[in-house]
Amino acid sequence: MLVHSRGARWALWAVFLVLFLPLFALPLLVVLGASFATHWSSVLPSGLTLANYRSATRGEALQALVTSLLTATGASLLALAAGTWAALAGAALEKRGKRVLDALFVLPVAVPSVVVGLSVLVAFSKPPLLLNGTRWIVILAHTVLVTAFAHQSVSAAITRLDPAYEQAAASLGARPSHVLWRVRLPLLLPSLTAAAGLCFALSMGELSATMMLYPPDWTPLPVLIYAATDRGALFTGSAVAVVLMAATLLVLFAVSRVRTRASYR
Amino acid sequence: MVWALPPVALLTLFFLYPLALVVQQSFRPDGGGPSIQPYTEVFASQAFRQALWTTVWLALASTAGCLALGFLLALVIAFVPFPGAKAVARFVDVFLSFPSFLITLALLFVYGGVGMANGAWTGLTGAAQGPFQFLNTPWGVLLAEITYFTPFVMRPLLAAFSQLDTAQLEAAGSLGARAPRIVRTVILPEALPALAAGGSLVLVLCLNEFGIVLFTGAKGVTTLPMLVYGKAILESDYPGACVVAVVNVLISVGLYGLYRVVSRRAGA
Repeated sequence: MLVHSRGARWALWAVFLVLFLPLFALPLLVVLGASFATHWSSVLPSGLTLANYRSATRGEALQALVTSLLTATGASLLALAAGTWAALAGAALEKRGKRVLDALFVLPVAVPSVVVGLSVLVAFSKPPLLLNGTRWIVILAHTVLVTAFAHQSVSAAITRLDPAYEQAAASLGARPSHVLWRVRLPLLLPSLTAAAGLCFALSMGELSATMMLYPPDWTPLPVLIYAATDRGALFTGSAVAVVLMAATLLVLFAVSRVRTRASYR
Repeated sequence: MVWALPPVALLTLFFLYPLALVVQQSFRPDGGGPSIQPYTEVFASQAFRQALWTTVWLALASTAGCLALGFLLALVIAFVPFPGAKAVARFVDVFLSFPSFLITLALLFVYGGVGMANGAWTGLTGAAQGPFQFLNTPWGVLLAEITYFTPFVMRPLLAAFSQLDTAQLEAAGSLGARAPRIVRTVILPEALPALAAGGSLVLVLCLNEFGIVLFTGAKGVTTLPMLVYGKAILESDYPGACVVAVVNVLISVGLYGLYRVVSRRAGA
């Protein structure tokens, strides 16, 4: 215990609440409150209604939700495959090779997402790979952006892996492919699902690269929220934002269930 | 060695090659041969200098704010725990999985022209306009960035604090050191690596932040990523957009390289 006097402790907690509640809890509550309202011009929202949700779960909003879910699922699965492959291959390399591989794969974190969007746009707007105007360019950009996070968390998990298991399997005559499938990947499963959840959440909320790339028939939720707030429909935008948060949290929760089941094994 | 080739080939095709094309395009004004004309044009423009300055000071100020706030909050959670402190720590993790523009959206309701704060003020005083008109200025962006990125500092700090031996604190305390002194001489040195790592990550993320600035929608606040978007999508000036992109990449990749070195030193 750092602070022993009771009064000082209460004072510190008060400071904590005064900073924490308005800064972190309030924004989420405000978006939630606004999603049920039609007016907000005093302390509390007014004109309570469910109409925002009715428009947030049909028509173009529903389409956008499906678009976002498909994009995020596709991008996180592709990123997980590429990131895990790179992490496994990197672990087998000697020190310098591993360092180069790590540096290459974290580079997309450091490069601004807007620039990733621009570069994909510049590169795939002309043959041989003409992706501009299709949904694939959005999925591709999201994959590039989240692969770095998948690679980072899987390679961190690999370094924590106890080598005794795979050595035991190999000494009993298991082939490398068998060791990989039956020993290493099952042991890595908890971190793989955690990485998939992270990638999914990041892709669901991705706005910067998407704004550079999205074709009219593939509009993810963040773009729709921006379009709504830009034309002044803040309350509809909030309802769509709550749908986005709820969908993200639901998937993260489902993914964390997979993780707990696997870690008991 | 052979197994590392397929992922590297994919990365090269879909990330490094497009990035190289951006650099190439930045040296090629529309339809012409190689020249540095796009660079001289962009560097000479007032809009670019303004955006560069805004981006840098906003990122530095946000990072400073996040470090101060994150250190204070993590300190309370870790060393003066209250009932529910664990739940708060978990809430911080959830916060990280939401997109940044939600914060700006929320601030529109809190401090916007007819939002909560101004509405309460005009209701109380009868004034025609509330006093909170900073949302469309850089200060609104600064508030949103500090709010969104502080958890990125708190997470490594909480991890570092959980490894700190509390016996050190008890020893210092029983020898008569007061709390501020314990924080300064025992906790702060232990927290420095985590602060450095978290701070440089936040600095890079702030330099690259786009959603918050876009949602603020202020004409007066243009950062480098906004400029890239504006030039490429709104003006279709690809060489100009590529020049700004190259400058932005150089700044953030340079800083991120520094971050990696610092965090490797710190063993984080």
